[in-house]
Amino acid sequence: MQAFKTLTSITAPLDRANIDTDAIIPKQFLKSIKRSGFGPNLFDEWRYLDHGEVGMDNTKRPLNKDFVLNQPEYQGAKILLTRENFGCGSSREHAPWALEDYGFKAIIAPSFADIFYNNCFKNGLLPIVQDNNVMDELFGFKGEITIDLELQSINANGKKYTFEVDAERKRRLLNGLDDISLTLQYEDEIKSFETTYFKKYSWL
Amino acid sequence: MAQTLYDKLMAAHVVREEETTALIYIDRQLIHEVTSPQAFEGLEMAGRKPWRLDANLAVPDHNVPTTERSSGVAGIEDPISKLQIETLDKNCENFGINEITMNDIRQGIVHVVGPEQGATLPGMSIVCGDSHTSTHGALGALAFGIGTSEVEHVLATGCLWQSKSKNLKIEVSGELDEFVSAKDVALYIIGQIGTAGGTGYAIEFAGTTIQDLSVEGRMTLCNMAIEAGARVGMVAVDDKTIEYVKGRPMAPTGDEWDRAVEYWNTLHSDEDAHFDQIVRINAKDIKPQVTWGTSPEMVIGVDGIVPDPDKETDPVKAEGIRNALSYIHLKANTPINTVNIDKVFIGSCTNSRLEDLRVAAAVTKGKHIADNIKLALVVPGSGLIKKQAEAEGLDKIFTDAGFEWREAGCSMCLAMNADKLEPGERCASTSNRNFEGRQGQDSFTHLVSPAIAAASAIAGHFSEVE
Repeated sequence: MQAFKTLTSITAPLDRANIDTDAIIPKQFLKSIKRSGFGPNLFDEWRYLDHGEVGMDNTKRPLNKDFVLNQPEYQGAKILLTRENFGCGSSREHAPWALEDYGFKAIIAPSFADIFYNNCFKNGLLPIVQDNNVMDELFGFKGEITIDLELQSINANGKKYTFEVDAERKRRLLNGLDDISLTLQYEDEIKSFETTYFKKYSWL
Repeated sequence: MAQTLYDKLMAAHVVREEETTALIYIDRQLIHEVTSPQAFEGLEMAGRKPWRLDANLAVPDHNVPTTERSSGVAGIEDPISKLQIETLDKNCENFGINEITMNDIRQGIVHVVGPEQGATLPGMSIVCGDSHTSTHGALGALAFGIGTSEVEHVLATGCLWQSKSKNLKIEVSGELDEFVSAKDVALYIIGQIGTAGGTGYAIEFAGTTIQDLSVEGRMTLCNMAIEAGARVGMVAVDDKTIEYVKGRPMAPTGDEWDRAVEYWNTLHSDEDAHFDQIVRINAKDIKPQVTWGTSPEMVIGVDGIVPDPDKETDPVKAEGIRNALSYIHLKANTPINTVNIDKVFIGSCTNSRLEDLRVAAAVTKGKHIADNIKLALVVPGSGLIKKQAEAEGLDKIFTDAGFEWREAGCSMCLAMNADKLEPGERCASTSNRNFEGRQGQDSFTHLVSPAIAAASAIAGHFSEVE
């Protein structure tokens, strides 16, 4: 996993609440057995005017010019601004894979759905919670903002905001650590847990 | 100290505790074809083996065709669906994981198969790369959906890092009216607390109404905990739970059974346990529900009217109503029971169990679907449910009425297989999500119970049971 330390970028404002993972990456694209390549189909039904299917040449599809990611001023944005309950619905990790593959590194919203929030950290994506007043200010701000994970801060042209992040998740993201290797350090502890556990719950 | 059911289940599985998170032991991982290929690939690339083979049980469900299957996986028309199922078969074979394959009579939707096989037991920690894993909490288990990275983590380590959720009790009391089901209770609750109402919480459903529900009904309710934002939904163990588990193929027997039952009987919240939040609901307030919009919280009684965004004071909500009405092609203030439908879907991990099919069949018996219904599907949750329903003659009731009777799978709930809506089609569906495009691009989904789905199929529009 790629480490996340600081990020400076313009933002893409997706001013809508309750964006579900079906909207982030529609189900027809979940049939891939790979982890990469979902970026061109991120927000597929909003981004293109035609119906998207696996295997299409996305560069030849008609774009919905009204959709924020298709507008010239937001090209290259690595930070997504959105509203309440982002990432609700299905547990598909294809949603953070698609956001990451598209080029997003951070998402700022008033709230996130639990499973999606958790999945972001496994993929080097930083979800940041800010209250509605701050969100309104960020939506209104044009230009680059800087996110510093170490300092847990957002800097928009001198105006600073702070954010909360779980200490362990922060450590793993800052260092790009692989969860499985970290857990396997405790192999002996897991084994000794099992011995006691299966004695107590012998029917399992 | 007094503990909630959730506290007890968490405490029993803690391998190692850190400041804000704990390493939790996982008793059971259920696996399906959509969210597992990348996890197996990761395992293979790192040269790792599954930690404990017995913990895992796989079954293909999302992509399987629900039509005739005699040519097996090779006969699946969509090459990409076929590849995904072949990949699951191959991975399970390579790693030695127990798989119920597509043409096995036990095959079905993973959240139906787990409890049916006794792979889901009270007190277990259960995960699956699917958000509707909350279903299994109906048996007093700690069950939640995870992403693919975590599927790989559980395969490799038998454990998962978890931060503790807060405790939310939803207490429903009183008797439900006839034809008001667990599905209506679930939709009503989501309408009350919203799709983010349970975010950060584990929900325990309690109260006399919940005690009166069958275990199947409790599964319907816990299934939709995730639509209220909660990863975990639970119901305390009682005699019904134990009766349900008894004799299942993977359930304990003999002395082990007695020991298990003794433990399972402790799986309820202590009387004075602390909940961070309690929501109380009166069963009498719950009517048969229909969603009118593009989120499960956009729900009204079947006798209700579609809301008017101009009357909503919260601007974000008003905008949400406008977006939803514009997508779903409905006008504000329309009585929902005047809205015609094109298709009907009875199935999904929410409502495809025997009880659901029996209720829908009772409503359908001796009647016929309306002329404007282009397709009405009944998709049982598993091959075994299908067999039992056929033994009871339910299939005949449905097919005589003009329904199609299909093989088990996720089917039109998320339309990854061939069962989907065409653009502009409106569906009464017993599934769990009415998001934009969920059942097919530019199609309109309205979530209902099996009874209302059947009644609406007969009426041609949303309707109460006549």
